[in-house]
Amino acid sequence: MSQNPASTSGTDPIITMRKVEKHYQNFHALRDVNLDVRRGEVIAIIGPSGSGKSTLIRCINRLETISSGEIVVDGAKVEEGKNLAFVRAEVGMVFQQFNLFPHMSVLRNVAIAPIRVRGIPKAEAEKRARQLLERVGLSDHVDKYPDQLSGGQQQRVAIARALAMEPLVLLFDEPTSALDPEMVGEVLDVMQSLAATGVTMLVVTHEMGFARRVADRVVFMEAGQIIEQGAPNDLFDNPQTDRARAFLSAIMHGD
Amino acid sequence: MDLITTFFNIDVLRQAAPLLLRGFWLTILLGLTSLVISLSLGLVVVLIRLYAPKPIRFLAIAYIDLFRALPLLVLLILVYYALPFVGIRLSSFWAATAALSLVASAYMAETFRAGIEAVPRGQFEAAQTLGFSWPRMMADIILPQAMRLVVPPTTGVSIGLIKDTALASVVAMPDLLKQATQTQAFYANPSPLVGAALLYLILLLPLVRLVSVLEARQKRSR
Repeated sequence: MSQNPASTSGTDPIITMRKVEKHYQNFHALRDVNLDVRRGEVIAIIGPSGSGKSTLIRCINRLETISSGEIVVDGAKVEEGKNLAFVRAEVGMVFQQFNLFPHMSVLRNVAIAPIRVRGIPKAEAEKRARQLLERVGLSDHVDKYPDQLSGGQQQRVAIARALAMEPLVLLFDEPTSALDPEMVGEVLDVMQSLAATGVTMLVVTHEMGFARRVADRVVFMEAGQIIEQGAPNDLFDNPQTDRARAFLSAIMHGD
Repeated sequence: MDLITTFFNIDVLRQAAPLLLRGFWLTILLGLTSLVISLSLGLVVVLIRLYAPKPIRFLAIAYIDLFRALPLLVLLILVYYALPFVGIRLSSFWAATAALSLVASAYMAETFRAGIEAVPRGQFEAAQTLGFSWPRMMADIILPQAMRLVVPPTTGVSIGLIKDTALASVVAMPDLLKQATQTQAFYANPSPLVGAALLYLILLLPLVRLVSVLEARQKRSR
């Protein structure tokens, strides 16, 4: 895969962000963000806390509204109205806190959206849900409730739930940050196997090993801006900006 | 006169029993009707209160405040004795149902609001992200969780409502209390009043106990 964002002009990007600005009252959360995401691309977004990484991906499915600029997903402008239903059906999301539905079994958690949103018959949706749960290694837990599962298992259910809608794009908002260390690996493994299937992924993460191993492109953000982006090996081994260099050396020493 | 023949006069009770039971039945009917209406109305009001556009939202707030501030007895008398002046004439049953439902729905709405606001924001976001429409999100994801949280306080409000049905006797509705006071006057013996009190207890004590059990269970599951 090509890793130079400038060379993507030939294929139409699945996500385009143009001059995106986001203000919270007097906090400038996103500053002039421009980003093209190609179909099937896996992007890791890194940077210090509060740098706008989560805000950026949350704007893509309009969990946050932008102050100005434009975001287009698969040809549809992200805005209130008809497009929003389209965009949300195409874009799945996995949250730091899992956000599984606690009053539903694992199977129901995965099957409910296809049934309610896509109108797929229950039996068919549940059959597909079982396949997805098998794929994330949770066949034995379909009838349990979320609070009976470990954090790593819950997050894998959340991934299966997002996949059930067959999204073109998956957003991951620090998917391993709330996990005990011994459970991070199982979730990253599932994400890595997903990346190989060709689904487009934007992953906000602090897992630099994962970013280096799996991402096609790494985007470094600070203070609401994209400071630097490039292929993982380039960005990690040879950062071009002082800020990226400072951030990377800080976290490497932290390890 | 000994205590038994004064307050637990079997003969009087036996003769009063058919009337008391008829009153008891009417009390239950009034309570259930008002309960169903106030639960539905409370749900509608809280959804408007939380999610309608601003001007309409203020109407819901005004509704909730008004009916929580107005004494039920005053409202009941207004509905029964004042509305006929503008051509609205309700039977004593429906006047009582209207007053009880209006007041209880305001309390129900506030109870439901606490439940809905206790559902974490992540639940709304997860549902939205999966493409749920707003009504589907509320019906499938948010309300089931919110309602589970508010079962004990909602049962508490329901108990209050059933107790308040006794006020209907004021507008000449032959409910349990009215039957009891009438038979007491007829037999010149207070036993029917004691009988009525016992019937109220039979109806409400289990519910009061239920609230405590539910609250304890909820505390444990946290």
